[in-house]
Amino acid sequence: MNLDFSDDQKALQDQVRRFLAERCPTTVPRAILEGAEPYDKALYAGLADLGVLGVAIPEAYGGMGLGHLELCLIAEELGRAIAPVPVSSSIYLCAEFLLLAGSEAQKQAWLPKLASGAAVGTFAYVEGSGRVKLDSIKASLKDGKLTGAKIVVPDGDVADVAVVLAKAAGGLQLCLVDLSGPGVGRETLETIDPTRSYARLTFDGAAAEPLGAAGDGWGLTDRVIDRAAILQAYEQVGGADRALEMARDYALDRMAFGRPIGSFQGIKHMLADMYVSATLARSNCYYAAWALSTEAAELPVAAATARVSATSAFQHCAKNNIQVHGGMGFTWAFDCHLYYRRANALALSLGSLSTWESLLIERMSAGNAEAAA
Amino acid sequence: MNFDDTPEEARFRAEVRAWIDANAPKQLEAELKRASFASSGIESMDPMAASKAWQKTKAEAGWACLHWPKEYGGRAASPIERVIFGQEEGVYGALSGPFVIGHGMCGPTVMAWAGEDWKRKLLPPLASGEEIWCQLFSEPAGGSDLAGLRTKATRADDGSGDWIISGSKVWTSGAQHSQWGLLITRTDPDVPKHKGLTMFFLRMDSPGVEVRPIKQANGQSGFNEVFFNDVRIPDDQRLGAVGQGWEVSLTTLMNERLSIGSGMSNGFPELFRYCLEAEIDGAPAVDDSNVRSKLAQFAVRQSGLKYTGMRAISALSKGETPGPENSIGKLVAGANMQELAMFALDLQGQAGVVWDADSPQNGRFQGMLMRSPATRIEGGSDEILRNIIGERVLGLPGDIRVDKTVPFKDIPTSGRSKA
Repeated sequence: MNLDFSDDQKALQDQVRRFLAERCPTTVPRAILEGAEPYDKALYAGLADLGVLGVAIPEAYGGMGLGHLELCLIAEELGRAIAPVPVSSSIYLCAEFLLLAGSEAQKQAWLPKLASGAAVGTFAYVEGSGRVKLDSIKASLKDGKLTGAKIVVPDGDVADVAVVLAKAAGGLQLCLVDLSGPGVGRETLETIDPTRSYARLTFDGAAAEPLGAAGDGWGLTDRVIDRAAILQAYEQVGGADRALEMARDYALDRMAFGRPIGSFQGIKHMLADMYVSATLARSNCYYAAWALSTEAAELPVAAATARVSATSAFQHCAKNNIQVHGGMGFTWAFDCHLYYRRANALALSLGSLSTWESLLIERMSAGNAEAAA
Repeated sequence: MNFDDTPEEARFRAEVRAWIDANAPKQLEAELKRASFASSGIESMDPMAASKAWQKTKAEAGWACLHWPKEYGGRAASPIERVIFGQEEGVYGALSGPFVIGHGMCGPTVMAWAGEDWKRKLLPPLASGEEIWCQLFSEPAGGSDLAGLRTKATRADDGSGDWIISGSKVWTSGAQHSQWGLLITRTDPDVPKHKGLTMFFLRMDSPGVEVRPIKQANGQSGFNEVFFNDVRIPDDQRLGAVGQGWEVSLTTLMNERLSIGSGMSNGFPELFRYCLEAEIDGAPAVDDSNVRSKLAQFAVRQSGLKYTGMRAISALSKGETPGPENSIGKLVAGANMQELAMFALDLQGQAGVVWDADSPQNGRFQGMLMRSPATRIEGGSDEILRNIIGERVLGLPGDIRVDKTVPFKDIPTSGRSKA
């Protein structure tokens, strides 16, 4: 048994960690939070130069041709640094859709640009509140024209291309939309986490080409969301670990009643519980990374397991990080709120915690009970 | 990343599997599948006889205490081979219950601190299950505060060098079945608490030793109280120097925490099955969104523990030492068991109060509810485990102590006279 990453993979992770330590200290997401820029373009270009964006994209399409295990570890580092860049939209979602369902021409047209950072992609499917269901999709595709509206599209205000889920003659259908074309409206949304950007997209007869077969839209969406959920769970594990470290460091440093506050059991036990949830989430993520990299039959259960565990862990660690910092943790100047914002935004992205809890149990009921037992 | 054996591991697994297949007591398999925490599930014969028979079979074929040196009854196997044997032993592993404390804690302590003659005399019958050991540590006046123990050992005044023991121990698992006990005592109340302790081993049939079962809160009696009324122990049954008992006890406790994934039944598969069968408002309980939320959280904690264990096994397989992750195991499992039991009763509605043969799954969840408070206390309470994670894993400072530098006899105690 080897439920671990290889030395080469760990070396790559270490390289990305050092790069982000230098290029993405918390002043970087803070600048996005406080400024007008939707994301840090220089940092994104730097990640592209490092080969990070194309790590799981085949060399034929301008990538490095490594795999998803490498991408998991990169995601962990992006989460740890709460990097303000559109990697999840462009790589975990858009590129995965293209790899899974794109025609040769579509792959040639977009994957090299996504890998080099020359273009940003995204995925637009949500139209209203609550769990996204088959019959909640109203946007429609007819004769190559897309009409409708999508909300909370991650990086929708900066993306060049979007994969959009729409109704079509043969059932739900994915399509590819060049967002610079006519008939596309974008409106940046105000959110709890302005270190990342979200937009409302409107389509008024925008030109759209089918991606994958008619009627395959829902199945493909499920598959890519599961894969992206695993990668996002790695971001959450990275964020949880960093929030725990921040809290631990502060508990060692801060004195009250004549002693470091970390010597009080009230604080110590809170930190121990944070370590427990972060560790459980990490171990579940190892399982999901294995499922992702081997296309295992357990992938849907593993994805939901990792996702539920990692969402809970990051929210737990981020909120208690503020608690350990006391009043200082609630100031704008301290970085605790950056992690709190990201933890709670990621908890909703790709489906809320209760949605994923329900998915996990549905999937286990469907015959995979042993996988998580 | 994979769940596969290396070629050597696969060869070893095949050898183990063939031997288990040819030798395991298969007539007990169905009963053992019902094993739950603190019970092997055996009813068709004396459970102790079943345990001893299987241990003897293993010992005669060289499959007992795999990680011990051969001269002491073991196999000198690697840690990963021990894990593989445990996996292949499967349900029959539940038969090892009576030996867990002896093999996991007392044996390693004897191995580290006893003289060669004693090791050759004591360890082989411990490995083969002919002799059972218990650990005489906790006392009525202190459990988590082990170093606050009060059982006294004083030199006999006849010049023999023997020691005279008086006092009592509590929560001693298996004392009624044990031939030997590992006993920590106070030999000097005039020095600080950690410095005045001394470790011994003794025959449990020594004159003056009295074992009384404790009736537990759940009505069962798995633990005992052990009284020492001027029990005499020869000085050559001392482990370590006089006053070195705390250091010796750390060997025992470290081994307690090294044991990996015992396969203890966690109740999750049973709860899941129950949620598929039970109904809420005419629909399967598993379709209810509140039930799903709860089940999902139990599921991910369970699987998180499972894969944390597998990460440790992966480290062993590569010849590395597992990281501190495993320290979370009992903390998570204990609390999970209690919450899971309460939730299972909640699903039964007002009928959940009934605990009889007609209760769902023979009253398993009611039994778990009533046993689970102990899992959060025994072998290191939740609070001690959080201190360990906080201090040894996260590097936080220890609490400020008022009892470490003063002589033991001057430490205030709760309503008891000073030593």
